[in-house]
Formats: sequence, C-alpha cells, structure tokens
Amino acid sequence: MPPKKQTRGKAKRAALATHAALTAAHEAAVKRSDARVLLTEDAGFLEPEHELERTYKVQQRDLAAEHLDWTNRAKVFDLDLPQLGPYTVDYTRNGRHLLIGGHKGHLAAFDWKLGKLQCEVQLREPIRDVCWLHNETLFAVAQKDCAYIYDNTGLEVHRMKKHKAPQRLTFLPYHFLLASIGDPGTLVYQDVSTGQIMAEHATKLGKCAAMTQNPWNAIIHCGHGNGTVTLWSPNSGAPLVKVLAHRGAVTSVAVNPTGHIMATGGLDGQVKLWDLRNAYAPLHAYFSRTPAADLSFSQRGLLAVAWGSHATVWKDAAGPEKVQSPYMTHHIPGAMPVTRVRFAPYEDVLGVGHAKGISSLVVPGAGEPNFDALEANPYATKKMRREAEVKQLLDKLPADTIAIDPNVIGALVSKKDDRALRVPGTKYHGTAPDQQKSRQDPASAMDVDGEPNAEDDGTEEGEGGEDDAREKNRKKGRGSSMKKYLRKQKNVMDAKKKRILDQIDRERAERDRRRRGISAEEIASPLDRFKAKKR
Amino acid sequence: MKVKAITRTEAAFTRETVGDLYKQQRNLDPALHPFEKGREYVRAVSAAKVERMLAKPFVDALSGHVDGVYAMAKHPTVLDRLYSGSADGEVRIWSLAQRKTTLAIPHAHRGIVKGIAAVPSSNSFLSCGTDRVVKLWSTDTDEDAHPDPAVPVSTFIGRNAFNALDHHRRQNMFATAGVAVELWDHDRSNPVQTYSWGTDTVSSIRFNHTETSVFASTSTDRAIILYDTRMSQPLKKLLLDLASNSVCWNPMEPYRFAVANEDHNAYYFDMRNLDRAVNIFKDHVSAVLDLDFSPTGKELVTGAYDKTLRIYDVQSGHSRDVYHTKRMQRLWAVRFSMDAKYVLSASDDGNIRLWKAEAAATTGVMNARQKASVEAAHAVVAKYKHLDGVRKIVKSRKVPKAIKNAAHLKRVMLDARKKKDNNVRKHAKNPDLVRPRVPEREKHIVGTQD
Repeated sequence: MPPKKQTRGKAKRAALATHAALTAAHEAAVKRSDARVLLTEDAGFLEPEHELERTYKVQQRDLAAEHLDWTNRAKVFDLDLPQLGPYTVDYTRNGRHLLIGGHKGHLAAFDWKLGKLQCEVQLREPIRDVCWLHNETLFAVAQKDCAYIYDNTGLEVHRMKKHKAPQRLTFLPYHFLLASIGDPGTLVYQDVSTGQIMAEHATKLGKCAAMTQNPWNAIIHCGHGNGTVTLWSPNSGAPLVKVLAHRGAVTSVAVNPTGHIMATGGLDGQVKLWDLRNAYAPLHAYFSRTPAADLSFSQRGLLAVAWGSHATVWKDAAGPEKVQSPYMTHHIPGAMPVTRVRFAPYEDVLGVGHAKGISSLVVPGAGEPNFDALEANPYATKKMRREAEVKQLLDKLPADTIAIDPNVIGALVSKKDDRALRVPGTKYHGTAPDQQKSRQDPASAMDVDGEPNAEDDGTEEGEGGEDDAREKNRKKGRGSSMKKYLRKQKNVMDAKKKRILDQIDRERAERDRRRRGISAEEIASPLDRFKAKKR
Repeated sequence: MKVKAITRTEAAFTRETVGDLYKQQRNLDPALHPFEKGREYVRAVSAAKVERMLAKPFVDALSGHVDGVYAMAKHPTVLDRLYSGSADGEVRIWSLAQRKTTLAIPHAHRGIVKGIAAVPSSNSFLSCGTDRVVKLWSTDTDEDAHPDPAVPVSTFIGRNAFNALDHHRRQNMFATAGVAVELWDHDRSNPVQTYSWGTDTVSSIRFNHTETSVFASTSTDRAIILYDTRMSQPLKKLLLDLASNSVCWNPMEPYRFAVANEDHNAYYFDMRNLDRAVNIFKDHVSAVLDLDFSPTGKELVTGAYDKTLRIYDVQSGHSRDVYHTKRMQRLWAVRFSMDAKYVLSASDDGNIRLWKAEAAATTGVMNARQKASVEAAHAVVAKYKHLDGVRKIVKSRKVPKAIKNAAHLKRVMLDARKKKDNNVRKHAKNPDLVRPRVPEREKHIVGTQD
C-alpha cells in the first residue's frame, strides 16, 4: 500500500492543476463576456426569408445589385488577366493588402479596398505560390528554382537557396518562420528575422503540393501523394502525426483558425473533415465532382472549396450533422482551374485565384467583425505598423516551443511528461525528448517532482535520473578514467592488433628455438632434398 | 433574402484631427489571440533581462570621513538628514539630496564614535563613544546660549565605555549600552535607570518606534534582552547559539524584531512567542553586523562582515538582492531611508554609500505610461518566475568570487551534515531518540528567560 503522504501530495497537485485550469478558463470566459459589450460591429449573415429560398442560389451579381450597401458592392470585383496563367492569391493578416501571382510570372501587390497598387512585376519565371510575411512591406514568392523575398516595391530582397523548387509557402507569424515544401519533398523552416534555417525535414514521401499551417499551434500540415497527411514541427525530424486521409493523393489541406478541424481534399473526389482535438477522428466526408484544388477556412468557420471552375462555400461543414447543401457557390465560366481560395481577414470577402485572373466575392458571415487593434489593425497608420513590427519581433516565440499543445508552457507537469509531443487521445507518436536535436528548451514546465526553491534541501531529485543513463562509477575514487579505458580496450581486436600479436608469437617461438639450440635451418622440411648442400 | 455584410465606417477607427487620439478597438476573444502563454513567457524573459540590464543600484559615495565609519543614524522625520560617526572621533551631518556634509565636527570624541542617534522632532542628535561620554548636539543655534553647533549642548559622563545608543521616539529619554543598559534623561546627568542581566557587555540597543516604551538590546553573551521603560526590570531574555550583533524593530509590526547574528543569519522574532523564530534570513557568508527595516515593514537590509549588503523580503528566507563593490570593505552600519527607496551603508573604508533599494528602478518621477509599463513587466515576470528560463535570469547576481566560493563550501558542508543526519535516521532503531527532528526556526534558540 503506498505511503499516505505521497498520494496526498499527488492528489493535491492534481487538484491544484485542475483548479488552476478551471479558474483560468473561467476567468477567460468571464472576461470575454464582460468585454463583449464593448464590441461594436455585428457579423454578417445570409438568411432565407421563406422556406423555398436557398442561400446557394444567390449570385454575386444579385448581391451587388440588390442587397449590399455601397461599401460592400465595391468589394465584388473581377480582375481579368487571362494570358498570365492561373493565379494564386494571399491576403495580409489585417486583410488590407492583396498579393497575386500568376503562373506565367506576373506579380502584383495592392491595397484592394482603395484599389491602390503597390507594385507590379513580371518575374519571367513560373510563380507557384505567394505569401505575405509579417506585414505589407515584405512578401515571399515560390518561383521555379527557389523562394525569393521581395519588398512591397517589387524589389528582390533575398534569394533563399535552401528552399529548393518550392510548391507551397506559409508564414508562421508569431514565430517569424517561413516554411516551404516542394518538389524534393523537404520541409524547410527559416527564421525571416535572423535568416537562420531552423530545420530541414526530409518527408521522404515525394513531391508535396498541399501544405498549410495550423494557426492555433503553428504545426505544419502536409498532404502527400500516398494519401497521408503529416504533421510537422521544427523540433522533430520525424512527423509528429501521420493521418491516412484519402485513397489517392491529397490535393489540399486546410485547418480552421481555432485548430479544431482539418479539411482535406483528395484525388478521390472526397473532401473530408477531421477533428484535431479528438484523436483525429473523421467527422464528415463530402463528395466533390472534381478534386478540390484548394481549401480554406474563414475566421468564423466557413469552408471554401476550389474545384473545377467553381468556388463553393460551406457553412457548419463540421457540425453534428452532415450539411446537405452549400452556403454559397460561384462559377467562373472558362476559368478552369480555380487554383486558390482565400478569405480576407475581418471582411466578408473571399478572394479566388483562377485561370482567368482573380475574383473577389462577398460571402456574408465569413469574417470576424471585431478586430483587435493590438493583433491586426486594418486601419493601421505607418507609425502603428512600425510599432507593431517592433512589438512582434520582441514577442517572437522561439521555434523550440512549437508543439501539438501550445499551452504546456507554465503548466504543472512532471519531469517525464511528454505532453508537448503527445497527441490527445491517440497512442503517443513522436520522438522521445532525449532523441530530439539538442536545443535548450526555454519553456520547460515546472518540475513537480522537485520543489521550486530547493536551495535549502540537501539532495536534488534530478541527479538520480542522470545516473541511470550513465554507467555508475563504483571505483570510490581509486580508478582513473585512463585505467577504465584501457581495461575496456583489452578485449577489442582489430587487424593491427592481430598483426602485432602474431609478430610477438613468432618472436617468442624464435627465442624458444634458439634457447633449445634448434636453428631454423635444422628443421627438416620436405623440400630439403632439392637444396644444394653447403659444405 | 436577408443579407448583411460587415460594414465599417472609417471614422470609427481613425482620428478626425491631428490632436485626437487613435481609437484602439479590442476584442479579447482567445481565438484572436493564439499562443497567449508563449508570448507572455517571451515577454517575461525579455522583461527579466531588461531588468537585469537596468540594475544599477549604486548612486553615490559620501566621502569625508578619514577613518572607518562605525556609527550611522537617520532622522525619523527629516528625509534629507543623516548622522555619522567614525573611528577617529569625527561626527558629521550629511544632506542626502546634495550628497555633501552640512556639518563636520572633527574631534567630537576622543575615541571611536560607537553610537549615534537622532532626537526625533528636533534638530538635535546624540553621539557616544569609547571615551565614556555621551554628547548632545544641536544644529539650532542660539546667539546667546548656543552659538556654535560644533559645541555640544550637554555632555553625559558615564563610568564605562559606551557601545551603542538610541533615543526614545517621543520622550526626552535615551538608552545607552555598555557594561549595562542605562536609561538617561536629557536634564539629568546620571542615568535614570540601570538594567543589568547577564555578565557580558551589551553590544547594541534599539528603541521600538511604534510601541515606543519598548526597547531591545543584544549582548556578547548571546542574549537578546527586551525592556520596557516603564518597568524597573527587563522583560525577557532570549538566548541563541551565537551572539547577535544588532537588533531592529519592524515599524509596521511593533511586536516583531529582527537580530543580526554571528552565524551568518538574521533571525526574525515575535516578542510574544520567543520559542520560535518567525523567519530566518540566510545568504550571508560571514557575520551579519547590522540590519534595518524598511519603513513599509516589508523589507529589510543587512550588512555583513563579508563586505556585502543584502536586501530581503520579510516573507522569504533568501535575499532579493545583493550589493557589493571592490572598494567597499566591512559593513558596520546599514540603514533604509525613510522613503523606502534608498539604502545606506557605512563601511570600514570611510565611505557611506547610497544605493537604490530597487536596483532597476528609475529615480525621479515616472509618467503614467512608464509606470504602467513597469508594472506590466513586473506582473508578467512574477507570473512565470518559477519557470527555468525566467528564474535563472531573475536570480542571477554577480557576486565576488570569495563569497561564491565560501557559499559553495558552506553548502557542501551543510549538505553533508544533512545527508549524514538522514542516513543515521534511516538506519537507527529509534530515530527520534538518536536524531530528533527540530525545525530550523527552533534549532538555534537555546532558551528564554523571564
């Protein structure tokens, strides 16, 4: 029976931990509810007035003509660029600026609300993906041979050779990490503030053209040709999780902003939804006539699917019941393929990149109406942008802290707990902490087995664990390390040693013979009869 | 079809005129603030580092005394004034704002000035020395009666050398420590009361400024004796393992006092229950010579023979900060300033040094934004100070090598003794008989007497 004190301590600790978690959650909830009265804007909606009306029947031109006010009418537009290849689009974090890149090398960045062009360049190289960095002053482009970083004036700033033949780029804003994956199937993480390559992971699953980040925990999700989706962090050489998603290649992956739901599209025509916080359980599977070329979640959980020459938006796709019909759909005739769908943050707008240029659609209820000025401010002035940049850099999270559970920092866990790597609900999958690359973990959780201020106490618990790994020194101060090494080397046999031993044997035999008076010549040999006898 | 899309009016989010403030809209939804803990942790690390970078506690050295300064006193109500006495008999009054001497009396005593005390609510002060004399000085000059401040107003002659001196908070009464403790009145040339308990000399004496008739003394026979001016006999006697060098009362908790002991610790006692120390302040590696409480009653400063000054929080057992300089020799007197912002140290080398109580604090007035930023930094560091990364930065202090080695040696020796104790207890038939467990706070107390 375990001694009483230990269990009491354990139970108390567990109780403390639960209490702390509950209090924190409760406090956060209370704060949220208290502060809600200060939120000024309301979310958008599209609701049918009577039973026979269907939301997916509403066209953009109808919306623009009848229902929307003048500010939103201006947000429905098309940029007709049919010769320069299918386009890829990206919005900045505050939803203010739009970056478009055509497959034939056309690159343009502009403030889409004001219609103000920042830069327009012809790169004369295929552009596979474009990605804004931390604000509208820098962006990254995945070109044919490697990734490049450009200024907002279109000036090339960096050529990043380590990102070879990238297909997809993504930027982790809180860690300042640019991640890319491409033809060689290597996932490269680079810190864009220092330029250091944080990790290069060989996925060994071939070319990868589907990649996205999980905004909640900064884990990269890659979709591969064998139908698996792998989850990566810069701290582990092996994928943290592998999910077998499709019967065929995975064409696109998306994760919702709260990190609960992953949507994957495959060549098998399925769009599947997975619950990331509940053992990667599959939620629903929807059928799409053409494989989904791109998927994207909006801030309020709407899922946009790019398939064929259509862009379709689904509402509550991951809800308790499977949704029978989409929320909205948009068809662009002749614009096969639709390559990219991206929601503009804090706006009810969906940007669609397709073969004939780009389209901007209004999707009521997509964006978060109330932004937080200290996170991303669509109305930031130049001064505010600069201050925000400095603050972002000061608050930059170290890449070592990227883990499946981002809330491990400061939590009460015991020393041997690998909660950071463990996937909730599944059997532990991942490399053990001591097998990872040695980098000092700055955010180690408080050790519950030892005491926080253990200065007065004599022995520390940590030393016992260390000794188990090394061989125990039982010599009580008498044996030296040289003696130990030599003792161990005695039984090691290699060619050189063998030669030396053979020579020693021969010399001993020779000495023996000489002592006994037998010379080498007197030893009888079968060939003696052929020797000329010397007199 | 009911349709509404997000529409924002520019005016609500931008300013109208240059003189206006920008409106910063906030949304506390956690979905918009990922990595809260991680970002807070990073901020805690940065804040801790910045605090260490800005930690420049040394303000100034008041030099003037030729010989080592052994006695120092602050005025309880005048913030600017400091009195000091040195080994060559010189007494000085300092202005801390201007950081220079306002009055220097070179031959105040013929021996070492052992004790000095301010007379509260007046401009006079007392000094005593090994020349068996207590002198009352006053900076209020009167053309007829007292024209020269360098001439004492009155002199009290005792039979033996005086070791320490302190003045009553309200009444015109002071107590001296020498062979015995004597209570004097300004108008009488002989002591009003003599208290004697024990055989050895009394090394220090201090009045309680809150419970004003109570005072305490420490003597070389390891005793700490509590007295009341209204009684003819001492109240209580407390015996510790080693002798105490100084005693000081907590101004905010009048029943509690701290003693600076020879065994490198400072002990904090409650006079109502002397069987157990309330707290023990460890960290010095040599005898603690003097200590003083902050007027807030939450912190105390100690000066030790190991040439360092340590500031403790009353609730914790280890120092919050340590100050040292190559030029500063043994510390014989330390005082906390009455605005709780500065700490004064008087040492062997003849200098009185002025230090900031909070090493990284800015002197002077902070505007509201600065204050908020400093408070935010403190709050975030406090939230994560138990984590390795932050703790190492917060605790890191450069300490002279001699002290680091001495502390290491002390630790090794104490750990060895503790380990042996544990082993003996583990293998003994009757462990409580062989090695009874005594709490650390009771271990060093020999006994009490009434």
